[in-house]
Amino acid sequence: MNKTLNQRAWLFVIPVFVLVAFNAAVPLMTVVNYSFQETFGSNVFAWEGTRWFKEILHSERFHASLGRQVIFTFIILLIQLPLGIGIALTMPKKGWGVPVCLILMSMPLLIPWNVVGAMWNIFALPDIGFLGNSLNSLGFDYNFTQQSGDAWFTTILMDVWHWTSLVVLLSYAGLNSIQPAYYQAAEIDGASRWDIFRYIELPKMKKVLTLAILLRFMDSFMIYTEPFVLTGGGPGNATNFLSLDLVKMALGQFDLGPAAAMSLIYFLIVLLICWIFYTIMMKDEGRT
Amino acid sequence: MSLELKDVEKKVGIETHIHSTNIKLEKNTINILLGSTLAGKTTLMQIMAGLDKPTNGEIWFNGENVTGKEVQKRNCSMVYQQFINYPNFTVFENIASPLKITGIKSNEIKERVGKVAELLKLSAMLNKKPDELSGGQQQRTALARALVKDSDLILLDEPLANLDFKLREELREELPKLFEDRDCIVVYATTEPQDALMIGGNTATLLEGKVIQYGKTLDVYNKPENLTSARVFSDPPMNIAEINKNGETFKINNNNVEWKSNLKIKDGKYKIGIRPHNITTYKEGNNSVEINGKVLISELSGSESLIHFTNGKLNWVSLSNGIQSKNIGEETKLYMNIDEFLYFDQNNRLVNHG
Repeated sequence: MNKTLNQRAWLFVIPVFVLVAFNAAVPLMTVVNYSFQETFGSNVFAWEGTRWFKEILHSERFHASLGRQVIFTFIILLIQLPLGIGIALTMPKKGWGVPVCLILMSMPLLIPWNVVGAMWNIFALPDIGFLGNSLNSLGFDYNFTQQSGDAWFTTILMDVWHWTSLVVLLSYAGLNSIQPAYYQAAEIDGASRWDIFRYIELPKMKKVLTLAILLRFMDSFMIYTEPFVLTGGGPGNATNFLSLDLVKMALGQFDLGPAAAMSLIYFLIVLLICWIFYTIMMKDEGRT
Repeated sequence: MSLELKDVEKKVGIETHIHSTNIKLEKNTINILLGSTLAGKTTLMQIMAGLDKPTNGEIWFNGENVTGKEVQKRNCSMVYQQFINYPNFTVFENIASPLKITGIKSNEIKERVGKVAELLKLSAMLNKKPDELSGGQQQRTALARALVKDSDLILLDEPLANLDFKLREELREELPKLFEDRDCIVVYATTEPQDALMIGGNTATLLEGKVIQYGKTLDVYNKPENLTSARVFSDPPMNIAEINKNGETFKINNNNVEWKSNLKIKDGKYKIGIRPHNITTYKEGNNSVEINGKVLISELSGSESLIHFTNGKLNWVSLSNGIQSKNIGEETKLYMNIDEFLYFDQNNRLVNHG
């Protein structure tokens, strides 16, 4: 049978092409354009080759903010994953508790990011904020606007509050998809609670946890709004994460060339880590 | 060794899942729980295993009251309809898992797993993981896990239901052999009367949480105590008609089908149960009676033909050998084998034994 050639089908793809072009390809190419040139505004450009890339890769400022970013993301994953799985395990599986828990868990996720930042800013103020004031009256010398340790503590606490729910909800979905027969079979075998977690629940949650780690990695690695509102990167440069630093360079100092180079490097790092991670985690999935 | 349920009852809220049940299973027997979905087979098994507690009643095992004893402390194993294995264990580790927990030496584990694996034709796949196996092999692994432990009680909850036809037949043939010389009680739940007949042993017919009848499989099949038991143990469904007996003449109400028999029961109203294979397009047996029908639909499977037809106000199902092609709406003549009729009284109890 001969297939009829019908080029009209392409018409249906055009809207997507246009959309992707305007929200991804064109901005990305603009950044690429900036990253190889020097500009003083009014559309005057001078070719600089790979100079900005070399400069960024060797700059201590970049190393420092990248370091802060990596440490932040690492701590976030280290806290949120076990905590999220733990909460999901203790959530009820039936009855009126289910909707209550689910709604409670979804609440933080529904709050706009800058509101979260503002909320925590006020919440943590040492003089009038509930958290700050309480800590100080308990005898802790707490001031997140002055002491870098406190700033980190508050930023991490805020992110844990805002995003652990995502891990909880994903893990809960994963747990709920395990058939009761698995638990019964393990019980009959005489398996302990830990055995059940280690050999049934964890392997069965593998896919959702992969997703959770990926999402939490990407989001925390690119975190901007909340620390911008909460600490603004301070005190000093203490919580100056990559994206904050990038915006300072681009809009604060108007160093468009280096900022463009930095965003490309940033983008490639995220892409690379996600790809490596996903490939490793999904290595033995293709078999089934 | 025996397992006895004494007045066991299970209620969840206001619903009764299992009505008061008394049943005694002896050692070295295969016992089939036969009933449709929601008949209470799984609940009954979970109560037997100790995964679920009865609301009332007691469970005795070997003369010991085990009601409320945790499942971990009992020596039983279970195979499910779904293929339940540890997802990231190899087949070997899966089969070995119940032994490892009991702390048996690794040499012995290896030997026992090897034996069971051979029995279930898994020897070549010991290093594979469950998701690399076919459904049949996954279920064999689950069966091996249940067998390796030398349990006193082995529960099989519709183990063949999720397998495709060929694998089901193959495994169904092997099953009775696997349990042949084992010192244990096997309980096998199924929705299919054919499973019960092929496996043999004892059968309990279940309906809506009640055990209707328990006895040797063939006895239950040939002499169902009552109409309910007969219906549960018949697939395709049994034909039931109301009849009137007057002297030696039996007549189906509302149509002209009648026959003579010297069956010694009182005159009056009865119900008859006729299994589909006793209504055929050809004469079978020495005593048959004709019935006219209008074909509703005919299903051909090659070796058998299922013909649904109407006669009077009733719908009938017949099962004949070979291909008996009929058109929808066709008027046709069928023959019922009188000798195989089951007669029930007004209380639905069987009155003849033949």
